[in-house]
Amino acid sequence: MTAELYVFAAAAVFGIGVHGLLIARHLMRKLLAVNLMLSAVFLLLLLFSTPIGGKPDPIPQALVLTGIVIAVSSTAFALALMVRLFRLSGRATLPRFEPDDD
Amino acid sequence: MTNALAGVVFVPMAALFAVILLPSRYSRAVAIAGLLLWPIFLIPLTAMVRAEGAVTLALGNWPVPLGIGWRVDGLTVVTLWLNAAVALAGTVRAAGFFDPERHGARTYWPLWLLLVTATNAALVSADLFNLYVGLELITLVSVALIATADNVPALRAAMRYLLLGMLGSLFYLLGVGMVYGQTGSLALAVPAGGAALDSTALVLMLTGLMVKAAVFPLHVWLPDSYGQAPGPVGALLAAVAGKVALVALWRIWFLFAPDDTALPWLIGALGSAAVVYGSLAAMVQTRLKRVVAYSSVAQVGFLLMVVPLASPAAFQGAGFHLLVHGFAKAAMFLAAANILIALGTDAVGRLSGLDKRMPLEAFTLALAGVTLVGLPPTGGFIGKWKLLEVAWQQAGWAWLITILLSGLLSAAYVFRILAMTCFHPRHSGSRAVPRKPPLAASLAALLLALCGVVIGMFPGPVLRLLALAAPGGVS
Repeated sequence: MTAELYVFAAAAVFGIGVHGLLIARHLMRKLLAVNLMLSAVFLLLLLFSTPIGGKPDPIPQALVLTGIVIAVSSTAFALALMVRLFRLSGRATLPRFEPDDD
Repeated sequence: MTNALAGVVFVPMAALFAVILLPSRYSRAVAIAGLLLWPIFLIPLTAMVRAEGAVTLALGNWPVPLGIGWRVDGLTVVTLWLNAAVALAGTVRAAGFFDPERHGARTYWPLWLLLVTATNAALVSADLFNLYVGLELITLVSVALIATADNVPALRAAMRYLLLGMLGSLFYLLGVGMVYGQTGSLALAVPAGGAALDSTALVLMLTGLMVKAAVFPLHVWLPDSYGQAPGPVGALLAAVAGKVALVALWRIWFLFAPDDTALPWLIGALGSAAVVYGSLAAMVQTRLKRVVAYSSVAQVGFLLMVVPLASPAAFQGAGFHLLVHGFAKAAMFLAAANILIALGTDAVGRLSGLDKRMPLEAFTLALAGVTLVGLPPTGGFIGKWKLLEVAWQQAGWAWLITILLSGLLSAAYVFRILAMTCFHPRHSGSRAVPRKPPLAASLAALLLALCGVVIGMFPGPVLRLLALAAPGGVS
């Protein structure tokens, strides 16, 4: 039962992330949403391979650790990009429709 | 001898660190040296692949899956050569325009080398997780390179690409986790016992890769990103770096796909829709770089035809077209970038009389254009012909029509540009070229376009290499 509980929790967190990524306008919120989804994926990555109460498997843990490193650097880079966009355009959102000629 | 394989990744990486550490006046020289040096390692590697079919290497002798495993086969070698050629041409182009003392050069060259390194690392990955790391690195570096244009439209395009790229890698990673849970292995090889994967895992991985490869309707990030990127960056992204996800998609499909599903049809249908949509969109764009970018959407769709047509000949054809398309598309991006800098605009309506004002660029556009259309004797003809043959033999009429339609529609958007440059009534207009591009930049683009044509006259060696690469799942 515990395993199912974790899977449901991860699914819920993933869903909240998808909703945030699609609905939120501010880029900071979108980035937070992506990070929520990442947490859910990392949780599932461990769940798929490790039986609850069983012997832990080191490989998924190594994968998740690598994934966290990538997630941190992507997020840091995205934040820098967002700040630059804000300085140049005065807003930290993406327009819904990009006009063809600029 | 497998050290040659390590050189393919570590030489551009060493050049990257050298560029960061040395004063910026050496950046350009070191970057060019690194990009000239690593293809030398490709020569013994190609010979080994021709002799043995595939070369593998476990880095530092750590056992896979905790260590990193690399593997090179015929398709990888062909794509690596393409990366070498396009990166060098792009470097010549960038070297002519990036004043080494300028601020941008300090960030541009390390990123450029890192893109080459990341592309090579992703191409040689032998397991699903290393592939994830490589693809993620490619996305991050591509976004950074697009952002070096440092204006609002480019930053918006970069941001959109980054968000969608992260979403794509999330789906892919989730799929990889499921594969590991199911098979206990991450190897990019036919699973033990030949069992097909759980289709949820497969669909998750394919969806993620489709976002990164810009398969219609997940292509929305592509036209802005490639259109706003600096010229050489657009060329390298459209020709090689952006195609790594597509190569990965092919591999994963043919290794893990179940036999009895409607999935090949679905992927083929997406490809057909991409061909039609991308070509029609390319026809109505008002800027040359965006025409070329939308043509990429169509070509990705065309390259997906290998999935429903699964056979060694189709795989050969698609691999060959990947190479030829890379040459042609990179040439077009470089020529368009030269035009943009020279005339101050790449608006299609302002190209009249280009054949007199910038003859080299007009010639490049024409050569690369007919290669994309697939007229003989260009390289574009061979890949299309192979796929057509397979579609005919398998009686896959829908795919046959798509392949024919792809040539016809490409002709429509290519000839629209050519008509504008050569036959427009306002032809006698101004012959002034406000800022003439360096000759080397024009020749780099022309040389790539010529490669795309010449390879069509001597396709033998490439086709033999690709025949070695037909993956296990192809019957």
